Amino acid sequence: MLIDQILYGLCGIVLFTFGLRIAFSPVHFLRRLLAINVAGAGLFLLLLSVAYRGFDQAPDAVPHALVLTGIVVAFSATALAVALARQLQNRDKENE
Amino acid sequence: MENIAWSAFDVLLIAATLSLAWASLTTEHLRRAVIFFIAFGLLLSLIWLRLKAPDVALAEAAIGAGLTGALLLAAVADHQKPINKKPDQKFSLADFVANTFLNLLFIAFAIVFGAAYTFALNEVNDSRLTDIVFQHLPGTGVTNPVTGVLLDFRAYDTMLELAVLLAAALGVMAIGKTRRDFVKPGDMERGLSQWLIPTLIILSLYLLWAGANAPGGAFQAAALLAAAGVVMRLTGYVDGGLPQGIWLRVLLVSGVGGFLLVSLIMMFAGRIYFDYPESWAGSLILLIESMATISIAATLVVAYLCGQPDTWFGGQQKENKHAD
Repeated sequence: MLIDQILYGLCGIVLFTFGLRIAFSPVHFLRRLLAINVAGAGLFLLLLSVAYRGFDQAPDAVPHALVLTGIVVAFSATALAVALARQLQNRDKENE
Repeated sequence: MENIAWSAFDVLLIAATLSLAWASLTTEHLRRAVIFFIAFGLLLSLIWLRLKAPDVALAEAAIGAGLTGALLLAAVADHQKPINKKPDQKFSLADFVANTFLNLLFIAFAIVFGAAYTFALNEVNDSRLTDIVFQHLPGTGVTNPVTGVLLDFRAYDTMLELAVLLAAALGVMAIGKTRRDFVKPGDMERGLSQWLIPTLIILSLYLLWAGANAPGGAFQAAALLAAAGVVMRLTGYVDGGLPQGIWLRVLLVSGVGGFLLVSLIMMFAGRIYFDYPESWAGSLILLIESMATISIAATLVVAYLCGQPDTWFGGQQKENKHAD
């Protein structure tokens, strides 16, 4: 058991919980997007801590590949959400 | 002694990351929140390096911090009231109780999750997937285990992931038009772009090529290529350097298409899909990766554009200018 593995894993759990808490509260839409991204980063951190095996050993490559694709998917989902929010806002403006 | 220095570094890095996340999610101004988030992403990529994940660190710095930051900064400009003020409400006991209850619930969740994680690490035995990965890596023609997992062992997952990207790009394109320019680019921006764009393209080709044996690969190369597109968008090319019509579609589907084509050829050659012959594996992986790079980069630029440029709609451009 490695102390750094535990530290970074717990940090990931804190980030995930905190991001989720903000995402569930009544805040601006963009803030909610940021919060979801922070929560996602927390999960990535947890996954990579599990993969970590200390200074002198090669880490597990499978979680690395998962996180790599996860980052790209998170970005495209964020972009889709931003585009949807823009359309919603344009519609609000027209209705005013 | 060395261990103590590393532990101090770990604690500092974690503290800085947590405080940046806190600052990003609680500061009043949205623009400031996004800038904190970019800094948070850069620190995260330091953590990935510390956890010996250089491939992920490259992707995080380019996409997680860079492209997401650019996208969200542009999105903040969309909203007219970027200040996220709390409504002036009187103190309400019901709200206070509900908030406290929620906070306690989330803290309890974190504690249980953390305890489970620590407990699970104690129980873990030493045989992991990575041994199987390294055992079979020589048959893939690449020596970077992450590239081997992405393009060979779990190629099916990666193909479906590219399909997810394609769906997101189609969604963004279907939703609407791009924004107008925020500022007119000056000579300095144009001059800078003439240096930046070729540099980014060369770096991206290098990362693609190096991905076989060193940190790098399709995703990181695509992120740099997309960064060149973002720079073009910011210096006055409204379409971010993308072609239009059928050629854009070809670019967008080339990732999934490359995977499907190779696996179909393998199936006609009497193998099961995604089972590459050993002598060809390296070249096939490079071929698929090149096509994936182009398609991911096009997707990322479409995502940043947040819609289709006016010029793609032909004659409608002038009308819109008048409507403003």
